[in-house]
Amino acid sequence: MRAARGLATLLAGALFGFGLALSTMIRPEVVLGFLQFSDLGLMLVMGGAVLVVVLAYKLAPRLLSKPLLGDSFHAHPSAWNRDTAVGSALFGVGWGLCGVCPGPAIASLGTGNWSLLWALGGIALGALVQGLRANGGVLWTEPRA
Amino acid sequence: MNLYTSLFPHGWQHYLLGGVLIGTGVSLLFLFTGRIGGMSTLFSSTWSFAVQRPFFQQARFVDSRNWRLVYALGMILGAMVWWLGWAGGAPQTTTVPAWQLAVGGFFVGYGARLGNGCTSGHGICGLGSLRWPSLMAVLTFMATAFLTANLAAKWLA
Repeated sequence: MRAARGLATLLAGALFGFGLALSTMIRPEVVLGFLQFSDLGLMLVMGGAVLVVVLAYKLAPRLLSKPLLGDSFHAHPSAWNRDTAVGSALFGVGWGLCGVCPGPAIASLGTGNWSLLWALGGIALGALVQGLRANGGVLWTEPRA
Repeated sequence: MNLYTSLFPHGWQHYLLGGVLIGTGVSLLFLFTGRIGGMSTLFSSTWSFAVQRPFFQQARFVDSRNWRLVYALGMILGAMVWWLGWAGGAPQTTTVPAWQLAVGGFFVGYGARLGNGCTSGHGICGLGSLRWPSLMAVLTFMATAFLTANLAAKWLA
């Protein structure tokens, strides 16, 4: 069961990575071109992906009491609050500057595009700093007046 | 030049097919394991191996860190299949300068983790779940990304 679940996860990731590469979304130039309105292709990437996922997320829990190799269907955790708003805005600034988001940063490792390691390193560092600043972190403490 | 070639100068089939394959991957993960396959959480969960602070030791990171790495490995392999089979294994490069990749990447990582989602987490999984907070997140990052990319093209060119 565990091995089968790992294999399914690997296969799911592989389809994701192949799709990112085929759609050229792993090329920062294509993403930046889209953001500058010179090629709207990425709307088709996002639209095609969302359409399939809507069907799967709606249908699977109706047809099955639990996942084929798992215990329960998870729900997407999202809330609209200050952190989501500020975080999304900052994410967009970064994405607009470099044209690389987390999925393509990982997938591009499989295409020998070593320049994108700069982006991957930046993302890892950003995630580290976010975690250190979040509750329980002591990287910066508020000075007491 | 008609409307079609001006909107999609590089054609549209590979975009749509790529998107459908991405969606199929996320869907298979859900169908087989019940998991929600956003990517950005990987960048917090993997730090839990090395950083002992309470934030990184939360169950949601520690319990998911192994499968997220397997999922990421799958992404690398999938992209490699495309690279070797469809792109002839020619070295891929980018003209975006290293500093822009690193600084932009930092904001991508910080922002996606603070906002709890990225293009795949809020974009594909969140919109796929028809969650309105994710729609708000997507509209927010699309707006700042459009703005930044156009200003950067103007000032940094």
